[in-house]
Amino acid sequence: MKDTIAAISTALGVGAISIIRVSGEDSIEIVSKIWQGKDLRKVPTHTIHYGFIKDQEEIIDEVLLTIMKAPKTFTKEDVIEINSHGGIATTNRILELLLLNGCRLAEPGEFTKRAFLNGRIDLIEAEGVMDLISAKTDKSRNLALHQMTGQVSSLIHDLRNRLVDVISNIEVNIDYPEYEDIEVVTNEKMKETINYLKEEIQNILKKSETGSLIKEGIKTVIVGKPNVGKSSLLNRLLEEEKAIVTDIAGTTRDIVEGDVSIDGILLHMVDTAGIRKTEDKVESIGVKKSLEWIEKADLVLFVFNNQEEITTEEKEILSKIGKKPTILIINKNDLESHLELPELSLPIIRISALQNDGIDDLRKQIKTLFHLEEIEQSDYTYLSSARSISLLKKCQNIVESIEEGLKQELPVDMLEIDLKNIWNLLGEITGETYTEELVDAIFSRFCLGK
Amino acid sequence: MLEVIVVGGGHAGCEASLACSRKGHKTLLVTGNKKNIADMPCNPSIGGSAKGIVVREIDALGGEMGRNADKSLLQIKMLNVAKGPAVQALRAQADKITYPKNMVETLEAEENLEIREALVEDLIIEDGVVKGVVLENGEKIFAQAVILTTGTYLKADILVGDTRTREGPHGEKPSNHLSDKLRDYGFDIIRLKTGTPQRIDKNSIDFSKTKEEQGDSVYHTFSFDNEIHYKIEEQVPCHLIYTQPETHQIIRENLNKSSMYGGLTDIKGVGPRYCPSIEDKIVRFADKERHQLFLEPESLYYDDIYIQGFSTSMPRDVQEKMVHSLPGLEHAKILKYAYAIEYDAIDSKQLKQSLETKVVENLYTAGQINGTSGYEEAACQGLIAGINAALKLEGKEPLILKRNEAYIGVLIDDLVTKGIIDPYRLLTSRAEYRLLLRHDNADMRLREYGYQVGLVSQEKYDRFLAKKKKIEETKEILKTTKITPTEETQQYLETIPTTPLKDGITLYEFLKRPEVTFSHIQHFLPLDIDSAIEEVITVDIKYEGYIAKANKEALKMVDLDNKKIPEDINYDAIHNLASEAKQKLKKIMPTSIGQALRISGVNPADISLIMIYLKKEYHHES
Repeated sequence: MKDTIAAISTALGVGAISIIRVSGEDSIEIVSKIWQGKDLRKVPTHTIHYGFIKDQEEIIDEVLLTIMKAPKTFTKEDVIEINSHGGIATTNRILELLLLNGCRLAEPGEFTKRAFLNGRIDLIEAEGVMDLISAKTDKSRNLALHQMTGQVSSLIHDLRNRLVDVISNIEVNIDYPEYEDIEVVTNEKMKETINYLKEEIQNILKKSETGSLIKEGIKTVIVGKPNVGKSSLLNRLLEEEKAIVTDIAGTTRDIVEGDVSIDGILLHMVDTAGIRKTEDKVESIGVKKSLEWIEKADLVLFVFNNQEEITTEEKEILSKIGKKPTILIINKNDLESHLELPELSLPIIRISALQNDGIDDLRKQIKTLFHLEEIEQSDYTYLSSARSISLLKKCQNIVESIEEGLKQELPVDMLEIDLKNIWNLLGEITGETYTEELVDAIFSRFCLGK
Repeated sequence: MLEVIVVGGGHAGCEASLACSRKGHKTLLVTGNKKNIADMPCNPSIGGSAKGIVVREIDALGGEMGRNADKSLLQIKMLNVAKGPAVQALRAQADKITYPKNMVETLEAEENLEIREALVEDLIIEDGVVKGVVLENGEKIFAQAVILTTGTYLKADILVGDTRTREGPHGEKPSNHLSDKLRDYGFDIIRLKTGTPQRIDKNSIDFSKTKEEQGDSVYHTFSFDNEIHYKIEEQVPCHLIYTQPETHQIIRENLNKSSMYGGLTDIKGVGPRYCPSIEDKIVRFADKERHQLFLEPESLYYDDIYIQGFSTSMPRDVQEKMVHSLPGLEHAKILKYAYAIEYDAIDSKQLKQSLETKVVENLYTAGQINGTSGYEEAACQGLIAGINAALKLEGKEPLILKRNEAYIGVLIDDLVTKGIIDPYRLLTSRAEYRLLLRHDNADMRLREYGYQVGLVSQEKYDRFLAKKKKIEETKEILKTTKITPTEETQQYLETIPTTPLKDGITLYEFLKRPEVTFSHIQHFLPLDIDSAIEEVITVDIKYEGYIAKANKEALKMVDLDNKKIPEDINYDAIHNLASEAKQKLKKIMPTSIGQALRISGVNPADISLIMIYLKKEYHHES
């Protein structure tokens, strides 16, 4: 339990500032590796410092950092808190960096647990801590399951299978050296495995990074013909989240790009202002341009005017929207209806952007569409993806050290120790850590015995 | 007054009796038949991958198996020499006559040890503490501790084809009631199965159709005493052959006659995965065209040849056909038929790490009764059970080896924490820190313990200390001696060959080059040290980085293992503990947080809950 732990201790994306907390005996040493500013080893305890978080030479964020040395801290260990204001992606990046440099991701409630175990919290609070741990664990377990039922999980699963083939073969070479008719894993074969691993891990990292809505935010476009209320809808959404809106220069009337947070999940609103400009007819909607935007988006908010009949262009776009997550929004709900939408299985929300009516329903609908109700504002949800990514990056590092070992012509069974580490790390991602797994694999794959 | 009774004279029983008697306790070894003491009922070999390292560990702790094997060798070789240092291990063919004979001599020479022929059928238990044993004839023998090392003799059934016979190996009488009694006392009894192949008359084999397998041409010993009792040129070879398509045909045609495939319908025993019968192999690996078989000599004093890889429970007439289909064995005379054997064992999760049972105090068990298989696995448990029974009599803490200290520690922790399903064999893959658990450093790891418990003599201990000192000194010399890129040096480096020097470099760094060996070091700095020391130093230096990494990992585990869980912990009082975890924790009663974490089904959140509970209830500094 002497590991140094780290976690994001504020709800991601909601506030303007996120705090990443680090606790443990290596806190100062680890943070120093990614810190540019005063030498943290020399600064007095309980002080705040201005500086930068960096990934080697690249500056990630400009931060304020609080350093609190043991024992007068929450956990009675050395604690560092990094105040970042760079949004979700940056905050996650900082956490990943910490994990990569030797921190372990804190379990749910672990800071509190340490505080308790180190005698910081009163005994009476113990029950509460225990409840917290089990409640949070159940949640994150469910969530992990949910997250892992994707393409990435099956990729990792395949990778582990391939690895266990090689590992069990090496183990059999070790345990049954007299069996000459069992293939011997040579450095050559090891190289093949390593190349495969390297490629696959890179591949998975790429997929999990692009596929992660949590990390990147949901790319959202608002489409609809001019004057249908796109801007007012957007304004309405932004209005509620003024704290984190990053305005990009637009016209005074059309703020058409910005970030909106729905309970901590980022909607990245994409600029669709150009649509109108491509076609000159005031009442028309640019079909081609709209479809291009839709193609690029994760979520489409298609706004209709309740007072007007549906146009052929709108019908055409609707018919081509396919499986893209889409919400049909009927604006100007407070006025008389002339709109008749075709029968579609898309969710419909009626709003009045002007009266600020139905916006809550819209937010709920977005959450349902992306299963966001399962993701709460607490730390672990985002972390499970940050955690997986950091584990995979660790695997990458080990792969490099195996490559180094191959160059030095180390015996295969030495390199296999590292291979096993990778296999275990991958198992941590998928939750497969059955201890007898390897022994089972050996005896199901090879024919041995007296 | 008798202090310890050891029940069973196999490899576990021998080590247990010796450990207790050598520690000065009056010990009685009860065996069904004196002639079967230290018997090798299956293969005529000692050691092998992982197992060979266990024999070294037994020796380092002051046990007998290594020394006794050294005195009884037919052949010996180092396995995995082409692989890394962590996986090298000795394997010997041991003479089945000499090995037991030498062991019996050692046992008989022990002042505090008495041997008696009898069958034990019950225990005397008072208030949950064992007080002695009851023999078959009703006679009671009292003692303060009892160690059960009953091997396969609990309700042993020999299975051949469609016949089941209540007997042990060699037609010996089994114990019919002891396992029932154990069940009555609260033990969960499981049934296991193993098997052994045919023995063939050496004179009926045409060895010209086989491939000879010789022992090594350098001397080896299991024991750190380094006493050589054999001559390299007099080693007896083994022979390699392969099964033929005809062999497979015969087995497939007669499959339903095998005890395991329908010959018998009442089989409950679970057989070992690592040691399937030949029919298992042919069924499970149907696409494999041939299987390797080794012809191993059993003794210089009789003609039996053991066919390693051919164990079966086919009826005898089919076995005849199978054997005769093998190359060189067309006219072979079968001296003993292959058989499978079913026997009772206890659930090893009912044991403490000390091998004392949780059910009955002062009762210890070791070997096959705990669900393991293999001579070495049995012997090391016998040694630990013996040591701990004696330590308890002396009022001392038990000797518990950790997973990063010895394969013995891995084995016992696996038994008591994970339990077993099929007979357990040690494998290198079971050890997390195999780089630390090497053949060459077994004494560095364990000699100190052996001395502390009183099984290693002062003289041997002094020799060990001298060796240790020499290693440290030599490493220091290598660290401080530099070679420089002189012309002469560069020329020598070319002969190795290795890349020339750019700057001066210490010999320590130089030895890290993959192609450089200790003999190259000697070229620059002649050192008067023996090869065992060279080996330890070379491995320590060459793999320094890997070893440091393993040590760091191991420390984390040790840290958790040092967080003790009190015996009286009430898991029902811990709220929120998952019910599967609770159930397992109550059964296994782990002694430390580390052990609890190794129980399958207990997850880190459960561990957190336990730690908090302990802090709350016991005010532990955890």
